[in-house]
Amino acid sequence: MRQEGSAVRIGARSRIKSPWLFHLNTGSCNGCDIEIVASLAPRYDAERLGCVLVGSPRHADVILVTGPVTRQMLPRVIRVYEQLPEPKSLVAVGTCAASGAPFIGSGVIEGPLDGIIPVDAYVLGCPPRPEAIVRGIVTAVRRRFS
Amino acid sequence: MTGETRELEYDYSRLVVPFGPVHPALKEPVHFKVFVKKEEVVDVGLRLGHVHRGIEALAETRNLVQAMYLVERVCGICSHSHTTCFVGALEEIGRIQPSERALYLRTLVFELERLHSHLLWLGIMAYEIGFDTLFMFAFNTREAVLDLFEEITGNRVHHSMNVIGGVRWDLDGRMVEKVGRSMSKVREAAQRIREIFQDKTVEERLSGVGLLDRGAAQELCTVGPTARGSGLKTDVRKEDPYAAYGALEGSFSIVTRTEGDAYARTEVRIFEIFETINMINEILARLPGGSIRPGETIIRSMNRVPQGEAVSRVEAPRGELLYYVRTDGKGGLRRLKVRTPTLANIVGLRQMLIGGEVADIPVVVASIDPCLSCTNRITVIDLDKGGAGEPLRRRRRKWPH
Repeated sequence: MRQEGSAVRIGARSRIKSPWLFHLNTGSCNGCDIEIVASLAPRYDAERLGCVLVGSPRHADVILVTGPVTRQMLPRVIRVYEQLPEPKSLVAVGTCAASGAPFIGSGVIEGPLDGIIPVDAYVLGCPPRPEAIVRGIVTAVRRRFS
Repeated sequence: MTGETRELEYDYSRLVVPFGPVHPALKEPVHFKVFVKKEEVVDVGLRLGHVHRGIEALAETRNLVQAMYLVERVCGICSHSHTTCFVGALEEIGRIQPSERALYLRTLVFELERLHSHLLWLGIMAYEIGFDTLFMFAFNTREAVLDLFEEITGNRVHHSMNVIGGVRWDLDGRMVEKVGRSMSKVREAAQRIREIFQDKTVEERLSGVGLLDRGAAQELCTVGPTARGSGLKTDVRKEDPYAAYGALEGSFSIVTRTEGDAYARTEVRIFEIFETINMINEILARLPGGSIRPGETIIRSMNRVPQGEAVSRVEAPRGELLYYVRTDGKGGLRRLKVRTPTLANIVGLRQMLIGGEVADIPVVVASIDPCLSCTNRITVIDLDKGGAGEPLRRRRRKWPH
């Protein structure tokens, strides 16, 4: 845990039981995006951990990024990340976000993501299973907020 | 203080509301520039390209087997459609005829994919009209189909089912039974979804919204359920049968509606679910025996594809998907061109949105079932501004072997 003021520490502790999620698509093929939605749906039900998918990055605590960052999305990724209030946590969902594969070599890919913004948890797979995504969220929350 | 008053004149005809690329109502990055007059939409501008990944250019640097994995990742919802279309073109160039059983299995996975895609879409539509319970119910129903995918092919989303000249995985008798059992469960759930969508509240929310008449639908070259909702009787499975659809022609019919609004498009998709379930049962009943793929290695099949070009069409869940493939005869690609259904349908959005209300925009956009990861094409490179001024071709690297 980083050394911060007590207000931020209280904020972080209070996020453990209800991490709000924001999903950002940066060139994903929809595979990971659908699996994120599936992980919130009844079968895998990440909402039992207090997660809610919210519409604005300003409301969110954890951001789930999918896709190899395309050139068009690069400034938007940085802007959205900066809009999240501190303390914030980031999960790179899918192999694309983690390493750029299978789009390595494309002229319009700026990724992988960890060269642009700090990543707390990687969820590998193409696409990862919903259980893995839930685990990734838990890992990121533990790392950043507890 | 002077008692000066100023009257502010605001020209409402020029009020522009930007939507996206990152917006709560949109699941994927796309930018709409909506011109509004009070609550009425006057005009719509559309900007694509935020998730352009350069797949067509990238495929030219890979061999055919590697390109197969790449085209599968054009879209995560209709991934099997993309490989079926691609492999269809390659088999046409190489004059390779897959076995009957392979074609039936290809068709089976294709129809399962249509089933999961339509269920997913019904969930999204329910979410857009504010009906979260139905959204959750549709997604739970969809999990039954994804379980089948996982058991047949080993993966929930990207199936990697197709190889040149056949398919990768076979079905045994136990699995055939299981698919049949799941289909009756899905049919029951789909009946319930249909009943809910026939409710008066839902009907009133969707009727008359996003109108696209038959003439406009034809003129704008819309495809798939969007065209069928406007009364166009078009379906590649009937017009230009591929895989095993020629043999299955009698077991399904084209669902059309003439109203051309969001409700008609919803109805088309709901009834297509039942058609698809019938067809899957028919495929299971008529599954022929035999081998599923040629006995040679994938590399050898790849090298048998000579130099040539072909166009292949399939009916993806969203409409007609078209591939143009030109091979170089050395196991590589010289050119790949993909025309995805959403690229055809998204042009119709302007027509549908004009005259409607701002609150209807998410519903209308969802009603064509947009898949923007398929659709994105262009990255503008401004050589004058520098920075991103490096031509694409030079930046492209060879795939590290």
